[in-house]
Amino acid sequence: MKKARAVAIVAFAQSPAVRREWARDDVELLLPVIQAALGQAGLRKEEVGFTASGSSDFVTGLPFSFVLALDAVGASPPIEETHVEMDGAWALYEAWVRLSLGDVDTALVYAFGRSSLGEPRDVLGMQLDPYYVAPLAPDAISLAALQARALLDSGRATERSLAEVTARSRRNAKANPNAQLSGDFLPEALLDAPYLVAPLRRHDCPPISDGAVAVVLAAGEKARAATARPAWIRGIDHRIESHGLGMRDLTRSPSTALAAANAGVSQGSVDVAEVHAPFSHQELILREALGLDGAVDLNPSGGALAANPLMSAGLIRIGEAARRVMDGTARRAVAHATSGPCLQQNLVCVLEATP
Amino acid sequence: MKEKPRVFPAPVRLEYRASAGRGLSRFLASLMEGRIVGQRCPLCAKVYVPSRGACPSCGVALGGDVAVSDTGTLVSFCIVNIPLADRSLPLPYVYGSVLLDGADIPFPHLLQGLPVEEVRMGLRVRAEWVPGGERTPSLESIRCFRPTGEPDAPFEDYQEHL
Ligand SMILES: [Zn+2]
Repeated sequence: MKKARAVAIVAFAQSPAVRREWARDDVELLLPVIQAALGQAGLRKEEVGFTASGSSDFVTGLPFSFVLALDAVGASPPIEETHVEMDGAWALYEAWVRLSLGDVDTALVYAFGRSSLGEPRDVLGMQLDPYYVAPLAPDAISLAALQARALLDSGRATERSLAEVTARSRRNAKANPNAQLSGDFLPEALLDAPYLVAPLRRHDCPPISDGAVAVVLAAGEKARAATARPAWIRGIDHRIESHGLGMRDLTRSPSTALAAANAGVSQGSVDVAEVHAPFSHQELILREALGLDGAVDLNPSGGALAANPLMSAGLIRIGEAARRVMDGTARRAVAHATSGPCLQQNLVCVLEATP
Repeated sequence: MKEKPRVFPAPVRLEYRASAGRGLSRFLASLMEGRIVGQRCPLCAKVYVPSRGACPSCGVALGGDVAVSDTGTLVSFCIVNIPLADRSLPLPYVYGSVLLDGADIPFPHLLQGLPVEEVRMGLRVRAEWVPGGERTPSLESIRCFRPTGEPDAPFEDYQEHL
C-alpha cells in the first residue's frame, strides 16, 4: 500500500466561550471564526477542497441546523461537504481520511454549539439507549456522578484530587482569553462547596458554554505553503465502548488506551496534552488511559472545565494542541476528544512539529 | 405459552429558548413597523429577504439593511387542496413565491383576491398588512398578498429568480 501523504493542521480559530450567545445565531457566530482560520491559512474559500462540520440539532433544538450553518462557508455553487452529529473532532478525523486519500489538498473543519438554548444535562440524555436507560431519564451530570462515585470507591481518586483538577484548570485558564471560567482557587476551599450531584460539586462539572471553532488542514506541500510550522498529524484514532453503561468498567477508559496505542502516543515524549474531560474525575481516568506522566503540561488552556461549548470542545482540544506546536511551545502534543455518556467514545490525535 | 406484550410510556420533553440572530431580528422588527427590510451582500450585491446572517453564495456577512418594496411579482405558486390545521381558509387556496421589488430572493406567502384558475406567473401583487396594533414580529403581520391590477411583469424580469 502506498504510504499516505502527511497531513497537518495549519490554522485554528475559536470564539470566546460565553454563558449565553443570544444576539448572534449559529451562522453569525461561525462567520468570524471560519474567516479567521481561513485567513491564517492564507486560503480563499474557493480554494478549500473539503468541508466537514460537527454539531447537534439536539443542542440547538432546530432540525437541520447544520444545513443552515452552511451559509457561513458559502456553499453555493455546491461544495464538497459533510457533517457529523458529533463533536467536531470526529469531523476532523473524516477530513484527515479524505486528505490522506490524496485527491484533495485542503480541508476546513468547523463545529458550533449554543448549549444555552436548551438544558444540556437533559439534552445529552437523549443519546442513551432508548430501551433500558433513557426511560429512567438520567441526566448527564447524574451519569457522570455515577462514574465519579465508582472511581472514588476504587480508591484511585479522592474528592481532594478532583478539586485539584478543577483548581489547576481554572488557574491555567487565566492565560486563555477564550475561557469562560478562570481564577485562583484552593482545593480546600472548593471542597467546602455543596454537592450538585454527589460526589460531584458544581465546579467538578463543565460550565454551560456557547461557542464555535474552526480548523484548517492541509496535506504535504500545501501545508508548508500555508504556515512556517504546521502541526503534523502523526497518528489519529478513535474507539468506542459499549452503549450499555453496566457492561463497562466506568473507572477505566480502554477505548482511550486503544486509540492512544494506535495513534502512537507512547512513541515519544509528550510536551503538551489537551484532554477533553468535561468532569474533573474524567481527567484522572484519561490521564491514566493515555499514559501521561507528571512531566506533561496537561490542559494549559484550562480544558472543558473552563469552557465547554457542546460539539466544539473536543475540536478545540485538537486546535489548542496544534496551536502550541505551530507557535513552537511544543514539539510533540497529544489531543483527546470524547463523546457520549461517561467517556463512551474517544479520539486521540498526536501532533508533531516534523512530518 | 403466549404472553401479552407489556407496554410502558416514556415521554420525552425538551425545552429550548430560541433566538433569531441579528439579521433575522432586524427583518422581524421591520414587519412590526409595516415595512420590509432585506440585507445586501457586499460581494454579489444580492438583496436577501428575509435578512440573514450571511450570503450563502459568498460566505460573508451581509451588509446594512435595504428597504424593500411591499409590492412584487408572483414568480411561482401552488394551488393547495389540503386544509390548514385550523381550517381557516376555504379550499382551494394559493401559496406563492413573491419576488418583492428590490429583492433577489423570492418570498413565500399566501395569495388571495383572485380565482385560483386566474393565478399566473408574472402577476403583480402587494402585501396586505394587518393593522399596526395587531402586528407581531412574524410573517403573520402580512395577512396575504393581493393583485395590484398592474400589467403582468415580463418573464425576462424575473426568470433568474424562479
Ligand atoms: Zn453574495
